[in-house]
Amino acid sequence: MSWIDTVMILLVLTDLAMLGSSRLGVYVRLAALQGVLVGVLPLLVGPGRIGLETAFVVFTTIAVKSVLFPWLMSRIMRGFEARREKEPYVGYTASLFLGVVALGVALWVSRHLPTEETGVHPYMMPAALFSIFAGLVLIVSRRKAVTQVLGYLVMENGIYVAGIVLVPDSPLFVELGVLLDLVVGVFLMGIMIFHIHREFDHIDTDQLATLSDWKPAPAPAVSEEARP
Amino acid sequence: MKAIGLIHYVLALALAPLLLGTINRVKALFAGRHGPPLFQVYFDLGKLLRKGAVYSRTTTWVFRSGPVVALAATALALGMIPMAGQAAPLAFTGDVFVAVYLLGLARFFTVLAALDTGSAFEGMGASREVQFSALAEPALLVGLVALGRLTHSLSLSPAYAGVGPELWSAGGVSLALLAVAFFVVLLAENARIPFDDPNTHLELTMIHEVMVLDHGGPDFALITYGASLKLWLFASLLAGLIIPVRQGPEWLDTAAALGGVFVVGCAVGMVESCMARLRLLRVPQILFAALVFSALAFLLQMR
Repeated sequence: MSWIDTVMILLVLTDLAMLGSSRLGVYVRLAALQGVLVGVLPLLVGPGRIGLETAFVVFTTIAVKSVLFPWLMSRIMRGFEARREKEPYVGYTASLFLGVVALGVALWVSRHLPTEETGVHPYMMPAALFSIFAGLVLIVSRRKAVTQVLGYLVMENGIYVAGIVLVPDSPLFVELGVLLDLVVGVFLMGIMIFHIHREFDHIDTDQLATLSDWKPAPAPAVSEEARP
Repeated sequence: MKAIGLIHYVLALALAPLLLGTINRVKALFAGRHGPPLFQVYFDLGKLLRKGAVYSRTTTWVFRSGPVVALAATALALGMIPMAGQAAPLAFTGDVFVAVYLLGLARFFTVLAALDTGSAFEGMGASREVQFSALAEPALLVGLVALGRLTHSLSLSPAYAGVGPELWSAGGVSLALLAVAFFVVLLAENARIPFDDPNTHLELTMIHEVMVLDHGGPDFALITYGASLKLWLFASLLAGLIIPVRQGPEWLDTAAALGGVFVVGCAVGMVESCMARLRLLRVPQILFAALVFSALAFLLQMR
């Protein structure tokens, strides 16, 4: 069992922990841990010698994913009363169950992928697919905007790992470009969450539907009729 | 069948109440008390056996058979649990399933006896016991099958004989996952603290103790002894995983395995001292997490 396998299984475990937990603080800390886990991957995968480029990518990835983002997230959350996810669309136990099923599917799918023949690290592709799925579930099934941003980060971690498997030595500029996109994206989402919270005193995204012009038509009509 | 397996079995039967005493002693030490003597459970058993039994007129033979069947099934299951890498007295292909479902049979009769009293209180406890064990049982079974897959054997004795330093370096992650899952199942199945409080008898949130409220005298002695055997069974399952000593002569291995069981007991005592009881709603979540750990260990072996 090599270091990479251990890191990959830790990645899967953090995904599962995020699917099963309800505290926003735990989500942020797990996302920071994931940043370190995927950040050190290029060191483990690459050839024995570590170039300056690799070191730079590793340093920036870890700095952005596990220092900058968690700091940003906890700064955003500081003013909120909401410390935990309430009433998710899919419950925690059900999410965990979905996660186990998805892990089985990921293992099965990655066995049939052509990377399997060349791959010396059997758990990288399943872990990557599973992280993408876990991120999607977090985005779709939770109400708080903070959780959805973190789900986006989890998904991106999965894509990052898949990228390492598929393109072992992608150019430095591509890596940094993706990272820059991510930073801009998370900053924008952070600003948006801040504004949502300031306007409406909550960050439940499902209540944002009440903003729009269209409303369920009968509701006002009934109230009009009820008035004598 | 080798003599050493029988010796291990007799040792387990004799020392099981001592494990309960150890846990109580560790808890007392953590609380800053002196605590009951280590052999208190033996004294309790002796006292209970000398008493007479009282049976309600509403109960039937089911009530009387509950403790007997539960103890017999648990003792039989314990006979399939290997120790120190030696084969257990009962070892055959598929004994994994037999052992797990003998425990299931013991639980079934405990639940039936509780329902037979007609007390609503005991019925509530029975319902909870069944609900939680529905989650704990698959966690244990999937975990044991994953272990069988790691060691290429569906019998407990060869499977545990195959656990060693080599297996830990080859599949250490799976074994660690299994150890966590087994520990959670141990706490849940033996009504230890994060899931149930073994000390309370009059709390609405208790699970196991409430089912045995109407048993007294010799019947309660059987139940207590059965509970200690069950605790020993789970502790030796866990200890065989995490402390696989396969060096030296047989007596040294046996001593190491016994030490491992008591180390697990101390760990249980520490967990009980440091944690509060979980809310009842949280219990299925934690058990499901244990099931996830087992399933993950199993899936990692599917490749």
